[in-house]
Amino acid sequence: METALDELRETIAAGRQAASLVEVITQVGELTLVVPLADIPAVVNYLRTDQNCRFTTLIDITAVDWPAREKRFDLVYHFLSMHLNQRVRVKAQVGEGEIAPSILPEFPSANWYEREVFDMYGILFSGHPDLRRLLTDYGFSGYPLRKDFPTTGYVEVRYSEEQKRVVYEPVKLTQEYRQFDFMSPWEGADYILPGDEKKG
Amino acid sequence: MDAKYDVVDTIGEQKIRNFNINFGPQHPAAHGVLRLVLELDGEIVERCDPHIGLLHRGTEKLMESRTYLQNLPYLDRLDYVAPMNQEHAWCLAIERLTGTPVPRRGQLIRVLYSEIGRILNHLLNVTTQAMDVGALTPPLWGFEEREKLMIFYERACGARLHAAYFRPGGVHQDLPRDLIDDIGAWAAAFPAVLDDIHALLTENRIFKQRNVDIAVVSQEECQALGFSGVMVRGSGITWDLRRAQPYECYDEFDFKIPVGRNGDCYDRYLCRMAEMYESTKIIVQAIAKLNECEGEEVMTRGKISPPRRGVMKSSMEALIHHFKLYTEGFHVPAGEVYAAVEAPKGEFGVYLVADGTNKPWRVKLRAPGFAHLQAMDHICRGHMVADVAAALGSLDIVFGEVDR
Repeated sequence: METALDELRETIAAGRQAASLVEVITQVGELTLVVPLADIPAVVNYLRTDQNCRFTTLIDITAVDWPAREKRFDLVYHFLSMHLNQRVRVKAQVGEGEIAPSILPEFPSANWYEREVFDMYGILFSGHPDLRRLLTDYGFSGYPLRKDFPTTGYVEVRYSEEQKRVVYEPVKLTQEYRQFDFMSPWEGADYILPGDEKKG
Repeated sequence: MDAKYDVVDTIGEQKIRNFNINFGPQHPAAHGVLRLVLELDGEIVERCDPHIGLLHRGTEKLMESRTYLQNLPYLDRLDYVAPMNQEHAWCLAIERLTGTPVPRRGQLIRVLYSEIGRILNHLLNVTTQAMDVGALTPPLWGFEEREKLMIFYERACGARLHAAYFRPGGVHQDLPRDLIDDIGAWAAAFPAVLDDIHALLTENRIFKQRNVDIAVVSQEECQALGFSGVMVRGSGITWDLRRAQPYECYDEFDFKIPVGRNGDCYDRYLCRMAEMYESTKIIVQAIAKLNECEGEEVMTRGKISPPRRGVMKSSMEALIHHFKLYTEGFHVPAGEVYAAVEAPKGEFGVYLVADGTNKPWRVKLRAPGFAHLQAMDHICRGHMVADVAAALGSLDIVFGEVDR
């Protein structure tokens, strides 16, 4: 398994796409290719069509939010080759407001995955014919999986007996949403515990 | 006849138009809360637009603010028809990042319960698909067996559905002796029940008329549409993660991978039926192997798992460890991993990004039903509206995992 992965790594590095690879990582037995955003369609096309790769199944498209970073999102693709019995992960960094190229022409199954990423993170895909929200409510606003979106959301719904319909209202919490902090003060917490504010 | 044609002439051509109808969200054949917007030309489906998300609970967001162990029960609530198979993927992801081995008895119990989950799922799917196309008896017969299996779930972990039984490092508790014997007795009797369901459906004229040559997908389409599990095997691709990328100790087991030929609803039904026989075989083998290693440890006792109850009562360190584990939880080293299992519906995967704390930074749950459902438009185009229910039934959709 390991040697096959190394071989695949060599193949991809030697392939036509070598120029566009920012980084190739092998971690816990998985191969990750980091590429510039604009090169995604070319790399995906290479992975799908090259006889030594044939990653013909798109497993997943998702994103990861790193708000502290300059380009805050990682766009992550997972591919599977049933021919080689191998998996590969392709990653690209996307800044807020940047438009990612759609891989819909390569993989018809990218349709909903890209819609979901748009829904959850607000990353736009150029060339996607039907970029509507997928999982959230009709008329929803905001991007729930961004780290700055509160887990409780902003609106709540209930059925109003007076108006005889479902009404949307701002979220009212009887108790603050609890985010437990388990960082041990003995292991260098970078905050001041309540009561310890006094100096000396 | 002539009079009828006259009427058509007077109505004029502009009156003929396509109908848009809503299938669901409350429709018994929608298998939950699916809203399909169907554009019909007469009875022919011209376009099919599934609206999903009516059961969206934000699982991935919730998981980011809970510890790794607290997140485990969320996995049960995805595909609630076969809960333990999902937990399995979560445990595998954590074990790969932390480098935790699983003791042999723990692995065998996981295999045993994964296969019970597979039978639970296929029994539900096969019989409700029969109900979608007009048969009422199969669900009644199938659910009787499901009930027995859920009692096995209950006897192992205390819950019929939301088990939380697989834990990182193994399984929560060992199985009692008599439970293993009862599962063995059940596995010996189950093929006869399957034969009955076979007799009821396989050569049934109505069932065949409604399923043969409906929703055909070719091998190329399967790959382009991102299918997995029974959906690819029904089209003749021999692909099963248990065989191709073995996890736990599946490589020790002797089982066949049933494949279809035509890729239609009927072949997928046959695959599911055959898989239930194979799963029963695996269960029998797992029980034999479990009997060889009776009394062994079912969980790696280390940082990420609780100490044994007896040790906890006498050792202060174990007590502290237990307390810290269930409050702070364990820390997973920074990194990313994709762990997939062959869930009954297809490839269920967990993409886990850890940042070194006790909570995951990002979890993406890759549900097989999501990819299958998005192909509805492709599959249903050109079919009759009555076939939509049959196609949907054979895709094996559960909204817990599609909407997450």
